[in-house]
This record gives sequence, C-alpha cells and structure tokens, in this order.
Amino acid sequence: MTTSGSRTLTMALMDAPYETGTTTTVLRIVDAALRKGINVNVFAYEGAVSLTLKGQAAHPNPVKGTNAEDQDHPSSAKFISALFEKGQEAPKLDWVNCRLCVDERAAGDWIDGPRRGGPGDLLKWSNESTNTLVIGAH
Amino acid sequence: MPGILSIVERAYHGTIEEQDDTILWISHMFKNAGADLSVLLRSNAVNYAVKGQDASGLSFGDVKLSVPPKIDDDVEALASSGAKVYVVEEDLKDRGIGNDELVSGISLVKRSALAGLFDQHDAVWQW
Repeated sequence: MTTSGSRTLTMALMDAPYETGTTTTVLRIVDAALRKGINVNVFAYEGAVSLTLKGQAAHPNPVKGTNAEDQDHPSSAKFISALFEKGQEAPKLDWVNCRLCVDERAAGDWIDGPRRGGPGDLLKWSNESTNTLVIGAH
Repeated sequence: MPGILSIVERAYHGTIEEQDDTILWISHMFKNAGADLSVLLRSNAVNYAVKGQDASGLSFGDVKLSVPPKIDDDVEALASSGAKVYVVEEDLKDRGIGNDELVSGISLVKRSALAGLFDQHDAVWQW
C-alpha cells in the first residue's frame, strides 16, 4: 500500500553471508532502489542477521599468494555500511535484525545502522509498503 | 588409485563476497599441500569452466568491488597445478556451452562414465 507520493520497498531475507548468491542479489536491489529514490526496509531473519556483523575481517588468499591489502576482501558489512550512507534520509534505508535470531546466535555486534526488531516489523512494513519482496533461504 | 574426487555442483554461491568459489579454493589448498585430488564440475557448476567470465563493475553505494572473482582463471590454475578437472559433457550441452568455450586443461566426462570415475577414487566428496 502506498501512503503518499513516496515509494517504499520492503525486503525479507534469510541467508547468511558468504554462503549463497542471494546476498549479492538483495544488496544490488537495495542499491538500485535507493538510487531511484525508493525507501527500503530490510528485515534480516535467521542467518541473515550475520550480514551486518562489524567484526568481519579481510584476509589474504594463500592460493593466489596475495595479502589482505591486495585482495581487498569485501564483506557484507562493508557493502551495507555504504548502503546506509546512501539511505540516510530521503530515500531512507531501515534495517531490522530479528532479535530472536540475533540472540540465539550471539550475533549482536553490528555496524552502525541496523536495529533490533521482530516479526511484527516485517508485517507492519508489508502493510505500509508499495511492495514486499521475500528472498527465502537457498 | 587417485585419492579424492571433489564434486562441485552448486555454482556462484557466495562467490562475490568470497572472491572465488569456496570448494575450488579449498581444493587448490589441498592440492598445494600435496593431496592427490581431482575435481568434478557438474550441473550449473560446469559454467565455472567457461572462459571470459567478467564479474567486475559491481558497487554498493559508493563502495566498489575492487577485486572481483575470476572463476575461470581459478579453474585453469587448479588444472595447471596438476589436479584433474572433470566436466560433465551432457551438462555442458544442456546449457548450450560448446567445448571450445572452455578454459584449457579440462577433461570431459560423460554421465554414463561417472560411476566408473567414482570407483577410480578412494574418496568422493560431494559438497
């Protein structure tokens, strides 16, 4: 449902970082939406709460003989931080990590931006958004 | 008898964040450590052997992916390291991939020959 002239996309995702292709897909959609001026809500459920862990560290690649600096290893936290920079106000990026999923994983040390929430946030967002896109586990 | 046959079937899962395929990577690590190891690419993973892949140009906000994965180069390097890299021939044809599109060092294997290939190895690791 659109409540004003602004558009809002809500996304729900479940996959943990470094495991599937869905992280890239979701972050590309978020990036594209923000560039078009569309507000974005992200509900990170289950393993996806680890996407925003701030302790993700770059590492070298011993197969290629590169050090961490040469490799410039990306992390989901780094990408999501950049998306928060884009989505500070208008358009705005809001990101909720499911608190139950966070607590069971002890995965609460995040970059700036995400906040704790629960399933009710996804339901509320879905009712208020222009559209909702669910990216299930793979 | 060769030691290990490592089977890669899931393709492009986490390759952007990892900058490679995790199973090709760990296989190469094992090979470098002296393991007698072969790799079988099947299903969607046969595309890993297609030369000329380009995953550059991605950015999220103002952060660019400066070092994108080069899976085809990784496959070729693995083969050059002495690991036998097999690709299922019918899985290529099903996807319209010609043999001339593959990196060097690849050994084609028919589906009907897979059971025999498994039998030639001491261990088969299906990832």
